[in-house]
Amino acid sequence: MTGKRTNQRIAFWIFRILGLIVVGILFWILGFIVWHGAGVIDWKFLTTAPTDGMTGGGIFPAIVGTCCLIVGSMAVAFPLGVMSAIYTTEYAGNGKIVRFIRIMTNNLGSIPSIIFGLFGMALFVNALGFGDSIIAGSFTLGLLALPLVIRTTEEALRAVPDSYRTGSLALGATKLQTIRRVVLPTAFPNITTGLILAIGRVSGETAPILFTAAAYFLPKLPTSIYDQVMALPYHLYVIATSGTDLEATRPIAYGTALVLIVIVLAMNLLASFLRRHFGKKVKTN
Amino acid sequence: MPPPHPIPMKKLRKILERTIEGIFTVSGAVTTVTILLIVVFLFREGLGLFGSPAVEKGYLLCVNTANTTAHLDSRQIMDIFDYRTENWEQVGGPDEAIVPFRFEEVFDRYPEEAFGEDYELLPQRLGEVIASTPGIIAFIPDQYVPDGMPGVKILRSDRITPADFFGGRQWMPTATPAPQFGVLPLILGTLLVSFVAILIALPLGLGVAIYMSELAGERMRKILKPTIELLAGIPSVVYGFFGLVVLVPLIQKTFGLAVGETALAGSLILAIMALPTIITVAEDAMRGTPRAMREASLALGATHWQTIYRVVIPYAGSGISAAVVLGIGRAIGETMAVLMVTGNAAVMPRSLFEPVRTIPATIAAELGEAPAGGAHYQSLFMLGCILFIITMIISITAEMISKRQTNKGL
Repeated sequence: MTGKRTNQRIAFWIFRILGLIVVGILFWILGFIVWHGAGVIDWKFLTTAPTDGMTGGGIFPAIVGTCCLIVGSMAVAFPLGVMSAIYTTEYAGNGKIVRFIRIMTNNLGSIPSIIFGLFGMALFVNALGFGDSIIAGSFTLGLLALPLVIRTTEEALRAVPDSYRTGSLALGATKLQTIRRVVLPTAFPNITTGLILAIGRVSGETAPILFTAAAYFLPKLPTSIYDQVMALPYHLYVIATSGTDLEATRPIAYGTALVLIVIVLAMNLLASFLRRHFGKKVKTN
Repeated sequence: MPPPHPIPMKKLRKILERTIEGIFTVSGAVTTVTILLIVVFLFREGLGLFGSPAVEKGYLLCVNTANTTAHLDSRQIMDIFDYRTENWEQVGGPDEAIVPFRFEEVFDRYPEEAFGEDYELLPQRLGEVIASTPGIIAFIPDQYVPDGMPGVKILRSDRITPADFFGGRQWMPTATPAPQFGVLPLILGTLLVSFVAILIALPLGLGVAIYMSELAGERMRKILKPTIELLAGIPSVVYGFFGLVVLVPLIQKTFGLAVGETALAGSLILAIMALPTIITVAEDAMRGTPRAMREASLALGATHWQTIYRVVIPYAGSGISAAVVLGIGRAIGETMAVLMVTGNAAVMPRSLFEPVRTIPATIAAELGEAPAGGAHYQSLFMLGCILFIITMIISITAEMISKRQTNKGL
């Protein structure tokens, strides 16, 4: 009798410690980067271009580039993803087609990001002749973000109670009017959550833009969608691994990592805050 | 003439609605189309590798007409020019010492005037060298090949075959005269790094999943849930950077190695990155255990812990396997973090404490330098195809396993 109690106590303590280890790992990583990066970041770091062969100056062009890629990729993924989700949840019913589409969406979501890079290079850069550019990178990242947008939008649409739909239809509205006036506005906050999550995902991706958009160093900001850009994740990769003077570039690498982490995690936190906030609201309705 | 019949507003609206609904329907297929496009482009570029000549593009191999060797494959060509194969007999020719000859060497044999003003006599001079040396094998650019000169024969080099690619043990895509595209070291490197990562992540991930689904109080869950979300959200390049500046020196010091960039560093980073996947999927599966089953076990006098490992874990078995499979999938496809910490030596992996190179890291590291359309470029797409097939298998397996779990819940 006491034996199995002791066993239980030992086992549960081990699990508790494992849980703490995972929390510890997160704090170790975040703490390390904040500790080394916080001192580097100031207004000048955020608003000037790199100087002295990447050993001085700031990361302004990389921030601008990442913003361009975010806007571009969302312009691809958001409308496509939302429309696709509207089709699967509102029109397609529950048959074989929907199941097939859902499997395909899941599969697309599990394809490694480097494959998107290869594909983007073959299709957008070479076959369509966009070259290394914002537009090629945006399409590549957009397709990468599609499954995420579709999944969150589907969830958001499904969370809208059916009584809303039947009520609207009973009042004589067409199906499309119901979707536009009733379903979408109700689901909108949750759809936004998906958009924000997708932004978080896209802004940290390196592999898809290696060969489709990213440049090592550009003195000028991009002027058109056919320009190459610098981007935060790529910048971090480059200065962490292939600088000529690693000692001098390390602080900049820490700073870049911190900015990147802040952007990505802020998006994640914002999304989960919104989800909780609006999740409650829909329920009380 | 009657006035033109006005289209009623109602009809117009209906047409508009139909159009918009049509657009929805079409966009429903967007993910399917994307996957199809990925398959088409990956394989179109990748399959071009098979059938391209084993010798570097733009060059030919020439031998003396007395030489009876029929053809050479890429491995034989490399061994000849690295002086490992020294007699023609070893590759099916006459008993004659091999004289490897790179075309630049011709400039040591003749004075500069002998080549003419625009090197128009260069092929002739090369022809003379070849005709006068029975054992020669000359590596010559297309445009200088002394074709049709007496004593000169162009040697047929084999095409690159799937056997060379999948069975080759050497990955030297930029070697001259014959680049080597043996993918075995890369596949083994990928598998080694990923499986060790899962071995590390599994006990930790399962433990945390058990803790979260069975034991943790509300407060602890409130800490753990966002922790896992944040771990999943950190970009892989940041993990790579962390690994590079923290884990790599740590491993180097702890094990007294010459370099810290090893398979072990890759496995550790991948283990951390695979944790969120493993924890969430496994936790979901355990949570699905019916209350009645737990209560029955407790009522029979089992402790909470016995209930967990005798009832909950077996019940959630397929969900846990799905977690493992998905974790492996995450690890195999990961690029940047592995690229930054594993040292990237394309050799057959022998231990965890040596640099290795994975498939995704190879693509990321080399695609930038591979000229589009060349054999190297195509070989990287072929690597992409392999990776694609592996991840498809993994995701379908996971899907099937977790379907079994949901069926059980009914």
